[in-house]
Amino acid sequence: MLEKLVSKRAALVAACLSGFTVSSAMAAWEPTKPIEIIVPAGAGGASDQMARMMQAAIQNNKLSPTPIVVTLKGGANGGEGLMDMQASAGDPYKMVISNSAIYTLPLANKLPFDWRKLTPVSILAFDNFVLWVNANAPYNTAQELVEAMKKEPAGAFKLGGTGSKREDHILAAAVERISGVKFSYIPYKSGGEAATQLVGDHIKVNVNNPSENVAVWRAGQVKALCVFDNEPMDYPAKVAGDKSWKDIPTCKSQGIDFQWIMLRGVFLPAGVTPDQVAFYQDMLGKLVETKEFKEYLEKQALKPSDLKGAEMVKFLEQDEALYKDLMTQSGFVAN
Amino acid sequence: MEALDSLFHGFGVLLTFHNMVLMLIGICLGILVGVLPGLGGPNGVAILLPLTFTMDPTSAIVLLSCIYWGALFGGAITSILFNIPGEAWSVATTFDGYPMAQKGEAAEALTAAFTASFVGSIVAVMLITFLAPWIASFALRFGPPEFFAVYMLTFCSFVGLGKEARHKIVISLTIGFLLAAVGMDTVSGELRMTFGSVELLRGFDFLVAVIGLFGISEILLAMEEHLAFKGQEAKIRFTVVWRTWMTLPRYWMTLLRSSAIGCWLGVTPGGAIAASFMGYNLAKRFSRDGASFGKGKIEGVLAPETAAHAAGTSALLPMLALGIPGSGTAAVLLGGLMVWGLQPGPLLFVEQKDFVWGLIASMYLGNIAGLIIVLATVPLFASVLRVPFATIAPMIIVSCAVGAFAVQNAMFDIWLMLGFGIVGYVFKKIGIPLAPMTLALVLGDKAEDAFRQSMIGLDGGLGIFWSNKLVGTISTLALIMLFWPLIGKAIDMIRGSGRSAPGAASSGSSRP
Repeated sequence: MLEKLVSKRAALVAACLSGFTVSSAMAAWEPTKPIEIIVPAGAGGASDQMARMMQAAIQNNKLSPTPIVVTLKGGANGGEGLMDMQASAGDPYKMVISNSAIYTLPLANKLPFDWRKLTPVSILAFDNFVLWVNANAPYNTAQELVEAMKKEPAGAFKLGGTGSKREDHILAAAVERISGVKFSYIPYKSGGEAATQLVGDHIKVNVNNPSENVAVWRAGQVKALCVFDNEPMDYPAKVAGDKSWKDIPTCKSQGIDFQWIMLRGVFLPAGVTPDQVAFYQDMLGKLVETKEFKEYLEKQALKPSDLKGAEMVKFLEQDEALYKDLMTQSGFVAN
Repeated sequence: MEALDSLFHGFGVLLTFHNMVLMLIGICLGILVGVLPGLGGPNGVAILLPLTFTMDPTSAIVLLSCIYWGALFGGAITSILFNIPGEAWSVATTFDGYPMAQKGEAAEALTAAFTASFVGSIVAVMLITFLAPWIASFALRFGPPEFFAVYMLTFCSFVGLGKEARHKIVISLTIGFLLAAVGMDTVSGELRMTFGSVELLRGFDFLVAVIGLFGISEILLAMEEHLAFKGQEAKIRFTVVWRTWMTLPRYWMTLLRSSAIGCWLGVTPGGAIAASFMGYNLAKRFSRDGASFGKGKIEGVLAPETAAHAAGTSALLPMLALGIPGSGTAAVLLGGLMVWGLQPGPLLFVEQKDFVWGLIASMYLGNIAGLIIVLATVPLFASVLRVPFATIAPMIIVSCAVGAFAVQNAMFDIWLMLGFGIVGYVFKKIGIPLAPMTLALVLGDKAEDAFRQSMIGLDGGLGIFWSNKLVGTISTLALIMLFWPLIGKAIDMIRGSGRSAPGAASSGSSRP
């Protein structure tokens, strides 16, 4: 798989290079004014943290000749930032860090946005989803949780997540269908809120990303039951007591056969030139090699990714189809 | 005394020349951004955040948190001098601060505000020093019903204790709720009242509304009066600080009450704003001279400022201990923490002693240094009132526009600000209070979310607001506040059945 990817990348690079030789009279593009990272999310959230880390890594390693500015446009679950990008066609000084809101907002809210109207640059990482319960809960595996739920009336277990008709909600609905149980889904403003609400025992379950729950996990306040991916996370260092991210079993191995990962990708507006895209791909390629970025990945337990160009577009199309299917099944798609 | 040991360790970390210089720079910058309406703490911190990436975490947090303290101090200045709140939580400070300035007591009002800020902050820092673990676990007891009960208490105390006609307060609150509902609804995941407009996606920003409702409308009123200068020539002597201080001890009860309210509300998100209003309303209720609030009473400045700063300071605690920011600035700092390689959460206090206790020590020193700096500037700021208003008005308008733009870098917000200015002007003319509207705008969607989250699940029903001691107490208190005028009347009737002076219900007529 990896080899195939690499060879495809090589082909892509070759294609790019040949493109360059044709227009070799033109010098490679470089920014001449500050670059803006648009964060379609609120202050302190995962996207904001990623943007700040990128800002720090790019400045400390001098990867860009001009400064990086972070702008928060978190209105309407990020719809504000995405619409701003869509309206900025031809502006090579704006990049957005987006997650699956690029699919959910148009589907659930009929937001007139289409990621095809942006220029995909690269996917820097994928975020995992973990099934978490309070540390004092009597169950230690996903099976035990499902069995405990089946003994109670439907909806007795509250599951808290970020927002409504978004990743957490879609995942909860998928778990319900697969396991034949029913949660009462409580939408909160942020994953951080869902984490403290779980510690305070106001909800029974959450499906937070590793980074959203790592602090309370390390403090021994929550338990990780399983991760919604096909293989365990690849971080063997001890994080919470004697547990590492790698020790968390897959949900598939515990009877919930479902994979759910979320992209963290970078887009430019439409209408930018190939050499502008090349500059960003080059900069981000160097970024992922920096010490700061690698530390960040490990700390947040993110899955590294090097999808870009045509590979990225292919992934986005498949991912979007998956979202559309699941959201239709759950009745989350607006008519 | 483990906490004391840790604190002295913190002072040790802090007391280097490098860190002290950063502290002073931070405070001065903070006062500057606090004075400009709208620019405020969150923006100031966000702008300087990239500069701190290469610093060590302790120096970085000292610089940024000192900007925060400075902004907290600075926010009061424009509220008192021009009736324009520099920060969201300074709205309540305008109620009595501005009338004081108009009476020529600007310097007294500024001194009172700064001192009150200092008292509130220090009480909150002491609380963090000695009770941090306990407070963190108290905050964990807050689920949706508890949050709703707290918001309810704030709204009810407004209706029950407000000085304006009740129906006008309710009208103002309702308009605020309506505006707060614009944008993405968290619970249903639907867009509401955006009418296909991209600008309305983010809803109405509280700061833009405050700048317009209070700032622009004040300028419009002044223009109507031919730019007549309402503030009398203030007599400014440095002794005014000392004279004002001498009067403060008699208000110890107000200071103490507001500090307690502030610390309590600070650990719940959105606390500082609610705290300042509640501090004000309760001070008015319990004052012997409640009727003269709003006409330039020093207690009316002390109460909201103490509460706001106690809340603003204690808001940092949930950020550090739980990773949940209690205020806008705390949210920006949270982003910074991650960049500096720190993980906020329960273990931060255990694993990052230098950082945490350095920060706590900087809260003490920063507030002391801040108080000295702002008190020294009292004559300077008070003398601003000597400048003819026709000269200063355009500067205020420009500063308001810059502030409104800076909130989201959006031109649309400047038009919105002007729109709110006209609304504010009309409301002032027809006597509808603006404060309930701003309160509802900032807490409305939080209250709505909390209410609807409480209703989800098998136990959803109004009974959930009395389902345990904590939430039951707050809910009952809220209802008592709401019906206080009636309750007060009833008490008077029972007491007064033998006497000859019924009526005159809630105006504190039972003075001996």
